[in-house]
Amino acid sequence: MKKAINDKNRCVACGLCSTQCSRQAIDIYRGCYAVVDSKKCVGCGLCEKACPAGSIKICEGEDTGI
Amino acid sequence: MKVAIRKNHWYDYLWIWSIVYFTLGFFNILFAWLGLIDFILPLIFAIVGGNKWFCNHMCGRGQLFWMLGRNLKCSRQKQAPKWISSKWFRYGFLAFFMTMFGTMIFQTYLVFSGAGSLRKVVKLFWTFKVPWKWAYNGSVFPDWVAQFGFGFYSLMLTSTLIGLIVMVLYKERTWCAFCPMGTMTQGICKLKANDKLEDK
Repeated sequence: MKKAINDKNRCVACGLCSTQCSRQAIDIYRGCYAVVDSKKCVGCGLCEKACPAGSIKICEGEDTGI
Repeated sequence: MKVAIRKNHWYDYLWIWSIVYFTLGFFNILFAWLGLIDFILPLIFAIVGGNKWFCNHMCGRGQLFWMLGRNLKCSRQKQAPKWISSKWFRYGFLAFFMTMFGTMIFQTYLVFSGAGSLRKVVKLFWTFKVPWKWAYNGSVFPDWVAQFGFGFYSLMLTSTLIGLIVMVLYKERTWCAFCPMGTMTQGICKLKANDKLEDK
């Protein structure tokens, strides 16, 4: 299943992915980087489309059975 | 699963503030001082709260780029080159920006001390001097107050123009990737988050 994966080292913590996400699956951790809740993420790609740093990407995630 | 519907908040309309700020400064340069709010607030959020709530929700400039780029389709929406969001470029740009800020403060000091005189110009891209005479005809404040206004307005206008250029060329909010305030506040937040981890 496709999920959003964030590269913490590239993330600028602007929070655009979080405001774009229509399922509130993304939070900014202590102003450092975005964290995706893979349980909520449906892999729609809204965050990837908006991300100015190109750090958040939709990838074929591991099947966690959820 | 229950998903809350996002409501619009008052701070979603702060892009209007960006336009108001530049309009006010066009007519009277003393209004440029109001831009300090955009400098101090994010730092308070970062230093006190250890978060980037300002960037995340309140940045009028970012909202303006989004408005023009996404809603009015003025952006190519292409991924910016990787070096733009690389650490060396972000911190390098921050250092450059701070140097220029320091130069501006020094120029204000020269007018304050009487060694320099007030220049009614707005300097774009730290190079091009644009006459801005109409924005100041004397006031109850000393000249250095106006000099700071011209300097600060130049800085704000230049960074907005750079932001607009990268908005058109790349993604809407590409400016956020190397915004000096964003880099600085993220740096502070990272330091604070590390401290918290060590405490535990």
